[in-house]
Amino acid sequence: MATTTVLPRKPWKATKADLFPVFGALALAAILDFVVVAVTPMKGKIAYVLLFFIFGAGFQMALKWRNLGKRAAIDSLAGSVAIAGATIAFTPVLSLLATTIVKGAKGLYPGFFFHDMSVANYQSPLNQGGVIQAIVGTLYLIILATLISLPLSVLTALYLTEIRGKASGFIQFLVQAMSGIPSVVAGIFIYSALLLTTSLRGSTIMAALALAILMIPTVTRTAQEVLLLVPQDLREAGLALGATQWKTVATIVVPAARNGLITAVILGVARIAGETAPLLFTLGVSNKINWNPFSGGQSALPYYVWSGLGDGTELGIDRAWSGILVLLMLVLTLFVVARVFGTRKVKIK
Amino acid sequence: MSSTLIERVLPEKRALTTKPRPSDVAFRTVLNVMSYSSLLILAAIGGFLAFRGFGAFKENGFGFITHAEWSSIVGDNGKEVSSFGMGAMITGTLIIATIALFIGVPLSVLTALFLTFYAPERLKRALVTVVDLMASFPSILYGIWGFIVLAPMATYWAKLVYKYLGWIPFLSVPSPAFDRSPFLAGIVLSIMIIPIVTSVSREIFAQTPLERIQAAYALGATRWGMIRAVALPFGASGVVGGAMLGLGRALGETVAVYSVLNIVFKINWHILYGYGGNIASMIVQKFGEASFTEKKALLAAGFVLFVMTLLVNMVANTVVSRAVKSGK
Repeated sequence: MATTTVLPRKPWKATKADLFPVFGALALAAILDFVVVAVTPMKGKIAYVLLFFIFGAGFQMALKWRNLGKRAAIDSLAGSVAIAGATIAFTPVLSLLATTIVKGAKGLYPGFFFHDMSVANYQSPLNQGGVIQAIVGTLYLIILATLISLPLSVLTALYLTEIRGKASGFIQFLVQAMSGIPSVVAGIFIYSALLLTTSLRGSTIMAALALAILMIPTVTRTAQEVLLLVPQDLREAGLALGATQWKTVATIVVPAARNGLITAVILGVARIAGETAPLLFTLGVSNKINWNPFSGGQSALPYYVWSGLGDGTELGIDRAWSGILVLLMLVLTLFVVARVFGTRKVKIK
Repeated sequence: MSSTLIERVLPEKRALTTKPRPSDVAFRTVLNVMSYSSLLILAAIGGFLAFRGFGAFKENGFGFITHAEWSSIVGDNGKEVSSFGMGAMITGTLIIATIALFIGVPLSVLTALFLTFYAPERLKRALVTVVDLMASFPSILYGIWGFIVLAPMATYWAKLVYKYLGWIPFLSVPSPAFDRSPFLAGIVLSIMIIPIVTSVSREIFAQTPLERIQAAYALGATRWGMIRAVALPFGASGVVGGAMLGLGRALGETVAVYSVLNIVFKINWHILYGYGGNIASMIVQKFGEASFTEKKALLAAGFVLFVMTLLVNMVANTVVSRAVKSGK
C-alpha cells in the first residue's frame, strides 16, 4: 500500500500567477524609467531613482485598484513608501563602507602598520610612515578607559539589580542622562578641571579619563541588562544555602553573567574607540610611540584621521582614509566579537 | 553511642539573626556609595564648566546667549578687548538639528515600520544588525565621508532645491554659494541619527499588542489600515521620544559637523547658503589659538551646550521609558 504524505499547504502564499504582474510592472517601470530619462530633459541619478519609484508604485497601485479596489491600492502605496524609505536610510551604509575600503586601501602597505610618523609627514609619499604610534595610543586609551570605567559601571549596575535601593530610579535616570553627554563636553570638562590652571599637559591618562565618562553609561546599561537576565532562582538558592549576599553575588551572579559583562565592556570600547573630539583637548601630540601613559603627548587612530583631514592636501586625505579603514576594522572586529559573546549572554554551568 | 556520633557531625549552632554580616555591610555600603558616581560626574561637569566660564557670563551678561559676535583682540596697549556672544552658534545648532530631524525622523519611522511589519524575518534580522552597525561607526567617518563624498552631491541637491523652491524665504540665498551649508551638515546629522531613532521606534512598534493587530485584520483592515489604526497611535509617544534622543545626539555632535560646515559668527537663516553656526564645532575651531580669557568663554559655551543636551535627553528618556512601560 502506497503511503502518501500530505504536505501542509499555504493558501495565503503568493502564487506564480500573483507574482507575475508584480514583477512585470516593476520591469515595465524600469524600462519606462530609462526611456523617459533619455527623452526628457530630466537627467541624473535622482531622476532615475525618483521616476522608477513613481512608475513602480503607480503600476502596483493600478494593478491593486483594478483587482481589489481602492483600499488595496492605498495599502500598496504605503508599502512602496515604506520600502523606499528603508532603502534611502540604508544606502549611506553601503556608500560609507565602499568608499572607506576603496579609498583606504590606496594608502595601505605592510609598513603602514609598523612605521610611525616621525619618519614622514602628511605630504610624504604614501609608502612612508604609518600608524603604529596611533595603534599603540588607541590600545593604551582603550585599556586605561576600561580600567577606570569598569569598576564604576559594574558597581552601579550591581546596585541597580542587586540592592534595588530607594535611589534606583534616580540613579537609572542619571545614567541615562549621562549617555547623552556630548563627547566634546567630556573633553573640555577634563581640560577645565585638570589642565587649564595646572602645569599638567595633555597625556594618555587625561584622554582616558574623558573617554571613561563616555564609556560608563554604555557599560552600566548593558551590564544591568545582563545581570537582570540571571535567574532569580540562582540568587535565592545561594541565599538559602546560607551564603551572604556578597558571596552570592561574587560567586554565583557575576560568574553567571560573565559573557554578558564581557559584551558590555566590548560595546563600551566600541563606543569610545572612534571618539575624536575629547582627544583634541586632552591627548597632546606625538608622532612616535609614547610608552608612558602619564606624561607626554600620545597619538590615536581618530586623531591621526583628524590630522590628515585637517592637513587638507590630497596625500593627507589619502592617509586619513587609510587611518579610518584601520579604525573601522577595529570597530567592526569589536562589533562581531560582541555579537558572538552577546548571543549567549547568560551561561549557567 | 549513636548520639555522640550525630553530635560530632552537626555544625556548631548559630543564633538565628537578621543582622547582616560584616561582609554584607561592606558590600552594600560600597555599592550605595559607588552608585552615586554618575551624579558626582554630572555635577562635576556642570560645576567646573560653569565655574570656569563664570567670567564670560558675567562680562557679557545675557548677551552671551543672544549676541552673534565673537571676538577677542589684543590692543596696542597689550590689553585684551573681547566680546563673546553665542547667538549665531545657538541658532545655527538648532537650525541644523531641525534639518536633521526633518529628514532623519520620517526615514527612521518608515524604516522601523518596514522592519516590523513588512520585511521577511531573515532580512529583518540582517537589517537590524546593520542599524546597530551604523550606530557604532565613528563620527569622524561620517565627517570625512560627508566632506569628500556627500558634499558635492549635497551642493547639487541644494541648487536643485533653490531652483524650484527658492521663493520660500528660508530656501533662498543672498548669492549663489552653496558649499558647506547648514543643509549639508543637516543631511550628515540626519544619517547619524537614523540608527537611534529607528531602533527606539522599532522597539515600540514591536510591542504593539498582537490581539489588537489581529483584531484589525479580522475587521478587514489592510496592512496599512492596521498600521494607521493600531501601530501608529500605539507607538506615537515612543517615536517622539526616539526623535528627541536623536535631537540630543544632533545638538552635541562635533567632528562630523565641523568637517562639513563653514562656521561664521553671523546668524544665517538661509539654510542652503554656505555658512552657519554650531556650538560644539565652534569650540573645537576656536580652542587651538584661544587666549586664556577666550578659553574660559569657550568653556562657558560648553556649559550652555551641556545644559541644552542634558535637558533634551532627560525629557527624551522620560518619554521613552513611559512609552515602553505603557506597552507592557
